[in-house]
Amino acid sequence: MKRIIAKEEYCMGCGLCEVYCTVQHSKSKDIIKAYNREKPRPLSRVKLEVHKPVSFAIQCRHCEDAPCVTACLSGAMQKDEETGLVTHDADKCIGCWTCIMVCPYGAIKRDPSGKIVSKCDLCSELEVPACVANCPNGALVYKEVKP
Amino acid sequence: MSKYVIVGASAAGIGAVEAIREVDPVGTVTVISDEQCPQYSRPMISDLVSGKANFDKMMCREDEFWQKNHAEALTGRTAVNLNLAEKWVALDKGDHINFEKLLIATGGKPFVPKIEGSEKEGVYTFTTLSDAESLAAKVETAKNAVVVGGGLIGVSVTEALVKRGLKVTMVELKDHILSLILDQTASEMVENVISNAGVSIATGLSVQRVVGKPEADNVVGGAVLTNGEQVPCDMVIIAIGVIPRTELVSGTDVKTNRGIIVDRFMRTSVSDVYASGDVAEAYDFVLGKNRLLPLWPLALEEGKVAGYNMAGKKAEYPGGTAMSALKYFDIPIISIGITNPREASAYEILVKHEPERALYKKIVLTDNVIVGLTLVNDIEKAGVFFHLMKNGVNVKRLKHELLSEDFCLATLPRSLRRKVYPGEYR
Repeated sequence: MKRIIAKEEYCMGCGLCEVYCTVQHSKSKDIIKAYNREKPRPLSRVKLEVHKPVSFAIQCRHCEDAPCVTACLSGAMQKDEETGLVTHDADKCIGCWTCIMVCPYGAIKRDPSGKIVSKCDLCSELEVPACVANCPNGALVYKEVKP
Repeated sequence: MSKYVIVGASAAGIGAVEAIREVDPVGTVTVISDEQCPQYSRPMISDLVSGKANFDKMMCREDEFWQKNHAEALTGRTAVNLNLAEKWVALDKGDHINFEKLLIATGGKPFVPKIEGSEKEGVYTFTTLSDAESLAAKVETAKNAVVVGGGLIGVSVTEALVKRGLKVTMVELKDHILSLILDQTASEMVENVISNAGVSIATGLSVQRVVGKPEADNVVGGAVLTNGEQVPCDMVIIAIGVIPRTELVSGTDVKTNRGIIVDRFMRTSVSDVYASGDVAEAYDFVLGKNRLLPLWPLALEEGKVAGYNMAGKKAEYPGGTAMSALKYFDIPIISIGITNPREASAYEILVKHEPERALYKKIVLTDNVIVGLTLVNDIEKAGVFFHLMKNGVNVKRLKHELLSEDFCLATLPRSLRRKVYPGEYR
C-alpha cells in the first residue's frame, strides 16, 4: 500500500501542500473560488509543521493500529481491511473530539462547521494525492511502504 | 459449547470479538447481551434524546456485525450464574453454555442514591438505549427537568434536554460541575456557557426528595433540594455515574475490589476468565495502579486486549487514564490525566488563560514528564501531548514551547521524534 512520506530535509515550508489540499477538498476544485467564495473555507487536511529551521508536512498516517479507530465513539473512523486506509464517515461523525484526543500526530482537525472532524483521505479519487503532486521540491513522496 | 463466551456486547464485547477474529477466524464465539440491539454507541444516547442522531446513526458497527464476525449474539438474554470449575455460564431460561475462555464485559449500571420519592413516574437514569428511549418519549410533553449530577453524563443529558426546549436545573453536590476532570477555571468556563444556554446550575447541593404533582402524587412534580428549595419539574434524571455490574461473579473465586481486578492481560484471578470495560479495574498508567475508568475508548481497547489474549496472541494493555473529550454546548474541551492536583506544590503547572478568546490550556508535569492536561477551545494538539505523556517523555527542553500556538511536531527535536514516532521519517 502507498503512503505519503515527508522528507523534511527537502521541505522549504512554502505551504503549497495546504493550498492544494484545500482546493482538492473544496466544492468547486478551483483555487480562487475555494479561497474567496466558499464559506466556510474548506479545510486543509495536511498541516505544515514549522519550527524554524525545521519544517515538514504532516497528515493522517493511516496507522496500522490506529488509536482513532479504537477510540471513535460512533464508528465513523474505520480501518479499511483491503486498502489499510483509515476512513472517516462524515455522516456518522458526531464531533465528539475523542479521535483528536488520541491521535499521536495531531493530524485530525475540527471541521470549520465545528460539528465533525476532518482528516486526510489520501485523495482516494486521485492517482497521487494533491499535496504530493504539487510539492515543488519533492518533500512529499507517495510510495509503497511495508504494512 | 462455545470456545469463547463474552458476557456483554457493548464496547468491551465489540472490541473482544474484533480482536478474537483477527487471531482466530474459526473458534466459536457467543456473545450474551441483555439488550435487544447491542452494537450501539452508549455515549451517543444523549444525541438520540436531542434529536441529533437517530437509531441508525447510533449503530457504531454495521448491522451484520455479529454475523460478519461469525459470532452468535444472544440478545435480550441475561447471564445469571457462573460455574467456573465446570466452565459454564447459566442463562435466564435455565439453559447454559460451556466455554473455554470467558470474558466478563457486563459494564456498569447507574448509581442511584437513596432519594425519597425516586420511584415516582418521571424519574430516569441515563445509561442505556432504553433509558434514552423512555426519556425521549417523556421529553415530548415535559417542560422542566432536574438533572442530578454535574459530571459528564449530567452535562450530556442537560445539553440534549436544552436542545429539546426544556428548562433544566442541574444539581451538583460539589462546588463546581465536572469537578472530576476539570479545575475551577475550566469548570467556570463551562458553567458560564451552560448558564448562558438557560440552564440553572445549583452547586453544593443535591436532591433530597422528589415530590408528586398536586393532581397525581405518583407523577414527578418537583424536586426538593438539600437547601429546602423546591424546583418544579416534570422529570428528574439521575446522572451521577456508573458502578460496576459485578453481580455475575459474586460468590465465585473471581477477585473484586470495586470492580473486577484484572492484570495487564485482562486476566482475572481465575484462569481462562477475563474482564474488560466498566466492570473491570484496569491499569491507569498515570497513577501507576489499577482503578475504575468507565470510558468507552478504554473499554474497547481493554476488550481488544482481552480478545487477543483469549485467542492466544499475547497482548499487554498499555494502560489508560482518565481522559475525556467534550463537545457539549459548543465548547470543545479535552482533559487527560491529573488535571487538578490536590497538592499542587508537588507538580509543575503550566497555564495559558486568555478569557477574551475563551482559551485555556494547562499542562501538569512531574519531573518534567506530562501527567495531565486540560485544553479548552484550542484542542488539536491534545493527541501529541497525550503521546508524549504515554511515552513518559522528558520535556524539560520543550517546556517553554508547549503552550505556544506554534507548538507542533516540528517543535520536537528530530532525535526525539525518531524515538517516539518509530517508522516515520525514514
